[in-house]
Amino acid sequence: MRHLSYLGLLAGCLLGTAPLELLLRTRVYARWRRLLVALLPGLVLGIAWDLYAISRHQWSFDRRYLVGLSIAGLPIEEALFFVVIPLCAVLTLEAVRRCRPSWPIDTEGDSERASQERQRRGAQRARSRTGSTEGDSERASQERQRRGAQRARSRTGSTEGDSEQG
Amino acid sequence: MTYTELVVGAVLAALALDVLLLRTALVRRRAFWVSYAILAGFQLLVNGTLTGLRVVRYDPDAIIGLRVAFAPVEDLGFGFALILLTLSCWVRAGRRQAGGSDDRREPTSARGKRP
Repeated sequence: MRHLSYLGLLAGCLLGTAPLELLLRTRVYARWRRLLVALLPGLVLGIAWDLYAISRHQWSFDRRYLVGLSIAGLPIEEALFFVVIPLCAVLTLEAVRRCRPSWPIDTEGDSERASQERQRRGAQRARSRTGSTEGDSERASQERQRRGAQRARSRTGSTEGDSEQG
Repeated sequence: MTYTELVVGAVLAALALDVLLLRTALVRRRAFWVSYAILAGFQLLVNGTLTGLRVVRYDPDAIIGLRVAFAPVEDLGFGFALILLTLSCWVRAGRRQAGGSDDRREPTSARGKRP
């Protein structure tokens, strides 16, 4: 059982964060392609660093706590570490954002959420067009203005370099 | 290079990536720092277990010797760099995906004409 210590700890991290995806609907595993892109740099750099540190004897592992599988001298647990921990980090960030939607991150460019918003807006407009008194459409245009201002705010509040990148 | 030197370099590199290269500026976002605080707490737990059980052992010459919850203080910098790198890439990848189909750059007048 001792051989499973490190691996079990990593499994515990995955199990512990799973409710974030299932209950809070962070949709991190669901956006797996974006997740792979996000995890790859940390995995490559982490493994390179780890191999360097092992070769320089900066740290070492007690084999009694490892399953015994290794890739190029790197225990499999260490390679998995650079997948599991960054994955937990992304889940945590998305969970915080679910709980605090008003806290902006970057340009809020989730295409799916944006298209849902677009649909919602379209439906609203259709409603106000078909059945409505003047007051309704006036209210709708106020609402539109408000949203436009909000959008502008969130745009300017985001990274300064956005506009330069075009 | 010692672990200490590498960690200082990694933290600076991660900050440069976030602020200058990918321009995600997560270090200016409350959501990032709250996430990091949660993650740092769990890191002390997981890392403390690994170093407390001596699953991982460190060469005393490679670290400055200050320890937090059994683990070398350098591990905190290592964790910070790894988390910032990953989250910056995650946010940036989301922006790029959105760039093609998102209405972010669309002129306002075109919105209503969409099916």
